[in-house]
Amino acid sequence: MSYPELTEFARTMRQKILDISYHSGTSTHIGGALSMTDVMAVLYGKVLNFDAQDPRWPERDRFILSKGHGVLGFYPALLGAGIISQEVFDTFQQNGSDLIAHPVMNLDLGIESSNGSLGHGISMAVGIAFAAKKQAKPFHTYTLVGDGETNEGSVWEAAMLASHLKLDNLTAIIDYNKQQNDGFGKDVLHIDNMAERFRAFGWHVIEVDGHDIDAIVEAFEEDPLNKPKAIVANTIKGKGVSFMEGDNSWHHNRLTKTNYEAAVAALNNSNNERSDNGNNV
Amino acid sequence: MEITSKSARQWARLGPRGVYGQAILAIADKHDDLMVMSADLASSSGLERFRTTYPDKFLNAGIAEQNMIGVAAGLAKEGYNVFASSFSPFIAMRASEQIRMNLGYMELNVKAVAIGGGISMGFLGNSHFGIEDMAVMRAIPNLTVVSPADCVEVVKLVESAASFKGPMYIRLTGTANCPIVYTDDYEFEIGKSILLREGADVTLIACGSMVYQSLQAAELLAEQGISASVINMHTIKPLDEARLQEIIAKGRPIITVEEHSKIGGLGSAIAEYLSPLGCGIRHLSVALPDAYIKTGDYDYMLGEQGLDAKSIAQKAETFLTK
Repeated sequence: MSYPELTEFARTMRQKILDISYHSGTSTHIGGALSMTDVMAVLYGKVLNFDAQDPRWPERDRFILSKGHGVLGFYPALLGAGIISQEVFDTFQQNGSDLIAHPVMNLDLGIESSNGSLGHGISMAVGIAFAAKKQAKPFHTYTLVGDGETNEGSVWEAAMLASHLKLDNLTAIIDYNKQQNDGFGKDVLHIDNMAERFRAFGWHVIEVDGHDIDAIVEAFEEDPLNKPKAIVANTIKGKGVSFMEGDNSWHHNRLTKTNYEAAVAALNNSNNERSDNGNNV
Repeated sequence: MEITSKSARQWARLGPRGVYGQAILAIADKHDDLMVMSADLASSSGLERFRTTYPDKFLNAGIAEQNMIGVAAGLAKEGYNVFASSFSPFIAMRASEQIRMNLGYMELNVKAVAIGGGISMGFLGNSHFGIEDMAVMRAIPNLTVVSPADCVEVVKLVESAASFKGPMYIRLTGTANCPIVYTDDYEFEIGKSILLREGADVTLIACGSMVYQSLQAAELLAEQGISASVINMHTIKPLDEARLQEIIAKGRPIITVEEHSKIGGLGSAIAEYLSPLGCGIRHLSVALPDAYIKTGDYDYMLGEQGLDAKSIAQKAETFLTK
């Protein structure tokens, strides 16, 4: 996809996030889904190698959503990529649905792993990347890790092993929105130097504006030189909906009709602002 | 591996850990997809020779059991047949949630192998004892839980597990100079218990290290005129229901014997099976207390905790005369 297409993909995803959150009639993880959307647009719109008609294609790149509560930012990506149908997408949180508030492994739907408990997905991604190395398989493994998730010690166990094994076929994107369930990371468990931490663990680290499509694309293209790659994406929780940005009550919340309409309006305003700002391409 | 009385004696001297390493080494050539992992306990798990013989099939995760299970799951997802081992509490409890999410939930083909199950770690103390592991592992859906009776059965189990598709918890009990139950080859099938001795008065159902002690207890009971059956219930989950139906049909009392907390292990599994049937069969659970215990050498502890043959026989006698 080109820059305008990726931008549009991300915009559509944000709209879908609001739509399915509202239609679910329940509290959902909105803030952290909006923060990861530009990264997901680049991943599913440009970076990942997959066959939408054959989600089990053995050579597909693997994507593991380690921050499992980010599904609202995941299902719209699978929809936009044509891996899941609108019909399946619309079953979100219906009784008995395959699409619930945390991903459940379903290779036919492009969901590589079950997640929800934090700090698990990155370990599995390390195992997959190592397997690919051993089997000389050409695919790349990507995992999206929440910054709050890095509170879990197992994330750093995985980080250590990944660099020990020189997994240059593994990329972890850290959705560094600096907020977690109980508030700002700096107040819950101080993690202000994410890039340095991954660097210290032997990773090739690139820090980017997680809402700058071009910068994200460039980061994915960078050669990690025999190391696993961490893209520390500085993001804004609730990105695109002005009244949600920086307001952690939208970490997990229910959209009323009023809020939903306000959010859609705010999203449209935000999109207009972006196009008004012209081409920062 | 050829099973003879000589090999049974050699393996018994090595103990279950060493034999685990030998068995894995022996099957490596037959399973191209094998991957063996350890969390910095390769040398304690009999895996040194495996590590040097098959470096490409071995991955040390370091002292990081949670990540080891996650990585094992990733390898399994890409087609590897993974055996990942550590001391019982560190794999069954420290990484229990990884086993639940990565192995149970996704049904990935990883064998989580616990060495030093029960109280065999002796003076290392309760931190290293695996006495709650079956309770935790048994509660995880999709997980098969197996505990071999002796070193020969460790070999049989490793061979079977390597061809078994699905997640499994393997519990190795006992120490070096492990008592011998089997001296000849025999039929072993995961999920199918083994009748070792037939008797008319009571049925002892045991797993792991307690199979041998139960056989010895049955001998002692015979001297008292009590005739006991002994069943090796090596697979604790799923239970061999066909066998249990046979036992129930005979209507005799049941005594379960295990080197595990009385909460949540084999005794609990049998009680859970019996209770809703309302068959009126009496059941005594011989197990470890719900407590941290004073430590010492293995034989001392078995005696102190009433898990040696003599204690089992005494408990059985008291139970049967009540």
